[in-house]
Amino acid sequence: MIPLLAQAAQAPFIRPHIDWHAVAPELVLLGAGALITLIDLIWLERVRRIIPTLTAFAFLAALIPVATLWEANDGVARSMFDGAYVFDNYALVLKGLFLLSGYVIVLISTNYMSEGDYYDSEYYQLISASVLGMLVMSSARDLVSIFVALELVSIPAYLMAAWRKRDLRSNEAGLKYMLMGVFASGILLYGMSLLYGLTGSTKLVDIGQAIAIGESKPIITLAVVFCVIGFGFKVSAVPFHTWAPDTYEGAPTPLTAFLAVASKTAGFVALISIVVFAFPGQSDVVEPLIWLLSALTMTVGNLIALRQTNIVRMLAYSGIAQAGYILAPLAVYSGRTDQAVSAMVTYLVIYAAMNLGAFAMVIIIARKTRSGEISSYGGLFQYAPGLTVAMTAFLFSLAGIPPMGGWWGKFELFRVLTDGSSSSGVALAVVLAVNSVVAAYYYLAIAKQMWFMPAPDGDHSRIVVPPALQVAVALTLIIALGTGTLLPGVLSDMTDFTMLAAP
Amino acid sequence: MTEFLNDWGITTMVFLPLVGALIMMITPADQEETHKGIALLTTLATAVIGVLLFLDFDFDNSATLQFVVDRSWIDIVNARYSVGLDGISLPLIALTLLVVPLVIIYSWDHIPAPGNPKSFLILILVLHTGMLGSFVAQDLVLFFVFFEVVLLPMYFMIGVWGGEKRLYAAIKFFLFTLFGSALMLVSFLALYWLTGSQTFNMVELAQEVAKGDISSRAQWLIFGGMFMGFGIKVPMFPFHTWLPDAHTQAPTQGSVILAAVLLKLGTYGFIRIAIPILPAAAIDWAPIIGLLAVIGIIYGALGCLAQTDMKRLIAFSSVAHMGYVMLGIATMTPFGLNAAIFGMVAHGLITGMLFLIAGSVKERFHTLEIDRLGGLLVQAPRMGWALGFCVMASLGLPGLAGFWGEFPAILAAYNPAEGISTTLFRVYMVIAAIGTVLAAAYLLWLLQRTAFGEPSEEFVNDPHIHDAGRFEWIAWTPLLVLIVVFGFVPSLIFDITDSAVVQALQAFGATP
Repeated sequence: MIPLLAQAAQAPFIRPHIDWHAVAPELVLLGAGALITLIDLIWLERVRRIIPTLTAFAFLAALIPVATLWEANDGVARSMFDGAYVFDNYALVLKGLFLLSGYVIVLISTNYMSEGDYYDSEYYQLISASVLGMLVMSSARDLVSIFVALELVSIPAYLMAAWRKRDLRSNEAGLKYMLMGVFASGILLYGMSLLYGLTGSTKLVDIGQAIAIGESKPIITLAVVFCVIGFGFKVSAVPFHTWAPDTYEGAPTPLTAFLAVASKTAGFVALISIVVFAFPGQSDVVEPLIWLLSALTMTVGNLIALRQTNIVRMLAYSGIAQAGYILAPLAVYSGRTDQAVSAMVTYLVIYAAMNLGAFAMVIIIARKTRSGEISSYGGLFQYAPGLTVAMTAFLFSLAGIPPMGGWWGKFELFRVLTDGSSSSGVALAVVLAVNSVVAAYYYLAIAKQMWFMPAPDGDHSRIVVPPALQVAVALTLIIALGTGTLLPGVLSDMTDFTMLAAP
Repeated sequence: MTEFLNDWGITTMVFLPLVGALIMMITPADQEETHKGIALLTTLATAVIGVLLFLDFDFDNSATLQFVVDRSWIDIVNARYSVGLDGISLPLIALTLLVVPLVIIYSWDHIPAPGNPKSFLILILVLHTGMLGSFVAQDLVLFFVFFEVVLLPMYFMIGVWGGEKRLYAAIKFFLFTLFGSALMLVSFLALYWLTGSQTFNMVELAQEVAKGDISSRAQWLIFGGMFMGFGIKVPMFPFHTWLPDAHTQAPTQGSVILAAVLLKLGTYGFIRIAIPILPAAAIDWAPIIGLLAVIGIIYGALGCLAQTDMKRLIAFSSVAHMGYVMLGIATMTPFGLNAAIFGMVAHGLITGMLFLIAGSVKERFHTLEIDRLGGLLVQAPRMGWALGFCVMASLGLPGLAGFWGEFPAILAAYNPAEGISTTLFRVYMVIAAIGTVLAAAYLLWLLQRTAFGEPSEEFVNDPHIHDAGRFEWIAWTPLLVLIVVFGFVPSLIFDITDSAVVQALQAFGATP
C-alpha cells in the first residue's frame, strides 16, 4: 500500500479529459435531481404538483443527448478516465432504455403517489438518483465505478421499497431488500477485492488480460464465482431470489415495477460488463455456473408462479423466470460474445416494455378493485374491454406469443443458444422451450379470469384511467407491439453491438 | 391496376381486416349495427381484392409464385417479409375469403351469448388476417408469426362465446397447439443453422437441403418437429383430442372457421413447407403418416358412431375426413397431393356448412342431443333438406364436392411415390375404402335420427322452431352452390393446383 501511495504521489497530476457531450445525459439528470430537491425545499407544498412533471421532463431531456451521441457515433467509442468510462453503442442503448423506463415509472407513479398519503417529492428525487446510477452503470468499465453505480442504484431503492411506512408489509419489503442487498454487495466486494489483489488493477479490461495469462487458478475461480453470485442477488436469480417476492408485494406497486425492470436491468448490465470484459477467458467457470443459475431460475420461478393468487407476486415470480431466460445467453458466451450480448439487450428492451406495461395495468385495475388478487380480475372484459385487451397483449408478450414483442426476444435467445455445436446451449434451449409452455399456463390463467369469468362482486362501474397512465400504457404497448411486428429489425440493428475493449 | 396488385395486392388483402378491426376498436360498443356493417364491408372488400388478384393471376403458370413481394424485415436473421400466391395457396385463400364474410352474415342475428358483437367481430377479423397471412407467407418466420396469430382470437372465441365446458376446451386447444408450434419453431431454427445458408425463405431452404449437407438422421428429426407442429393442427390421430372439445364448445362461427380454414393450416404446412424442403425425410415418414391417417379415418368414423351430440359427431367426422387428406399427402405423388388440396377445400365447404346447420338447430331446439331431435323435415323442411344434402356431400356421393376429395386420395394410395412401400399403401387403401362405408353409416344414421320420423314430443308444439331465415339462406347458398359446382367440374380446382403440386414434388422426380 505504502509504495503504491508513494508512486501515486510522485506522478504528476494530469487533469483527466472530460468529454462534456458524452456525459451530458448524466449531467442533465444530476442537475434535474438537484433542481427538484431545491425547488421542493424552497417552495414546499406549493410546487408538489409539478414535481412529477418536472422529473418526467428531466428524463426526456436527458434522452436528447443520448440521441445526439447515437447520431454522432462514428464507430470509435468515446471514453474517459483511461477507458474506465466508455460510451459505446451498448452503453447508449442501455442509457436510452433506462431513461425511458424511468419516464414510464414516473408516469405510473404520479397518481399512485399523490393519491396515497406518501412523501411525494422525495420519491421523485430518489427515482432520479437511482436512474442516474443506472446511466453510470451502462458506461462503467471499472470495478470501482461499477460498485459505486450499483450502490447509487440500490440505496434509493431500499428507501423507496419501505415508502408505505405505515404498512408492515412495506417495512418488511424495505428491510428485507436492504439486508439482502447489503449482503450481496458484501459478497460482490469480496470478489472484487480478490480480483484487484490478483491483478493490481480495477479496470475490467486490464483484469481480463491479467487473469487470462495468470497461473493461480483456484483463487481466480473463487473471485469469478463471488462476482457472479453477487450480481445473482441483484437480478434475483434462484437460489438468491428469496427477497424478491416479499419485496415486490410489500413495496408500492410503481416501485415494484421499477425494481422488476429498471433495477434488474442494471444488475444485468453490470453482470454483462464484468463477464464480457473481465472474464473473457474464464468461460470454463462462468458458463457452467450461469447455465445452472439460468436453468434453475427459469424453472423454479415458473413453477412457483403457477401457484400464485396475487397478481404482483405472480409477476414477481414470472420476473424471476424471465431473469432466467435473460441469463441464458451468458451460458454460451465464449466465441459468440457479441451475439449473446445483443440477444440479452434485445430481450431486456422488450422485457422492459411488456413488464412495465403489465405493471401499469395492475395499477390501473387496482384503482377500481383495490385488490391485487387475480380473482378480482373477473369480468374485466365485460366492463373494460379496452383495458382487458391491453393487459392481455402484455401477458401474451410475456408468454412469447406473436405478434407481441416477446416472441422476438425469445427467438433471439434461441438463436444464440442453438448456434454452433455446443450441446449445453441446445440443452438450455430445450429447458427454455419447456418453460415457455409452463409459463403460458399462468399468463393464460389471468387472461382467462379477465375474459371468461364474471366479476366477483358484480360491480361493473367504469375504470377511469388518468392521462399519465394512459400515456404509459400507450408507450409500452407501442413498443411491445412494434418490436414484434414491424420493428424487430430496427431493434436488432440497434443492439447489434461489437463489444470491443475500450481504446 | 396490375402494378398495384403486383406490389401491394397481397399485402392489402392480408392486412385490410386489421384496418377494419382498428376502425371498430374506436367505434363505441353500443352501435352494434355499425360494427356488423364495418365487419362485413371489410371482409367483402378483402374478398374483392382477392378476386382482383385471382383475375390477374396467370393460371397457365400456377406453379410459379405470383404477386411476389420480398422486402427486408428482420435483417439480423435474414427473415424477410416475403409473400406470394401460387396454385397451392390460391384455392385455400379463396376458401378463406368466402367463408369469413359468410360467417359474418350468419352473425347478423346470431351473436352467441354473452353478446358483445364488437369484440366478437374484431376477433374474427384478426383471425382473418392470420389465416390469409399464413397462406401467402413464403418465409418461415413470417409464416410462424401468422400461424401463431391465429391462436389467440380462436382461444378467446371459444373461451368467451363457447358452450358450458368452454374453459377446458379453450385451454386445451391453446396448449396443444402451442406445444406443436414450439417444436415447429425449433425445427425451423435447426434448418436455419444446419443448412448454413442462414435464410428462412422456403424455396431457398429447399435448394440448400437438396445439396445434401444435412445428415438424413437430422432431416428425419427436423421433419418430426414439423410433423408435430402441423400434425397437431390437422389434427392427426393421436393428437386429435383437442378437436372434438374445441368444436363442440366453440360458437357456431368459431366451429365453421375452425373446420373450414384453421385445420387446413396444418395440411397446408405439410404441402408447402415440410415436404418440399425435406423430401427425403418425407419418404421416410410417409408410412407413419399414412398409418396415422388411416387410423384417423377408422377411429374418427367409429367415434362418430358413438356420439350422442350432433356437433361432436361432425367434429369426429372432421378427424376422419382430414385422415383422407393426410393419406393423399402421404402418397407423396402429384395425384395424391391434388386430391388432398381438393379434399381440403371440399371439407371446408361441406363441414363448414354442416356446422352452420348444427348452429341453426341448436338455436331452435336449444340442444344437439341426437336422441331428443327428430322430424326436422317435418318441422323445418328446408333446413332438413339442406342437412340431407350436406350429409350426401360429406359421405362422398359422386357429383358433389366430397367425392373428389376422398376418391382420388384412396386411388392415389394404390401407387405411392418411389421409395414408399407399395404393399403397405395398398393395405392403407383398403382400410380407407372401408372407412367410406363407415362414413356412409354414421352420416345416414345421423340424418335418419334427426331429420326423419316425427318431431319428438317435447318440441312438437314449440313456437321457436321455424325454417331457415333470411340471413341463414344468404350464408348457406354460396356454400351449397359451390358444393355442386365443384362436384360437377372438379377441374376448376385441379387445373389450378396440378402444376404447383408437381413443382412442390419435383424432388421426387414427379412429372405431370
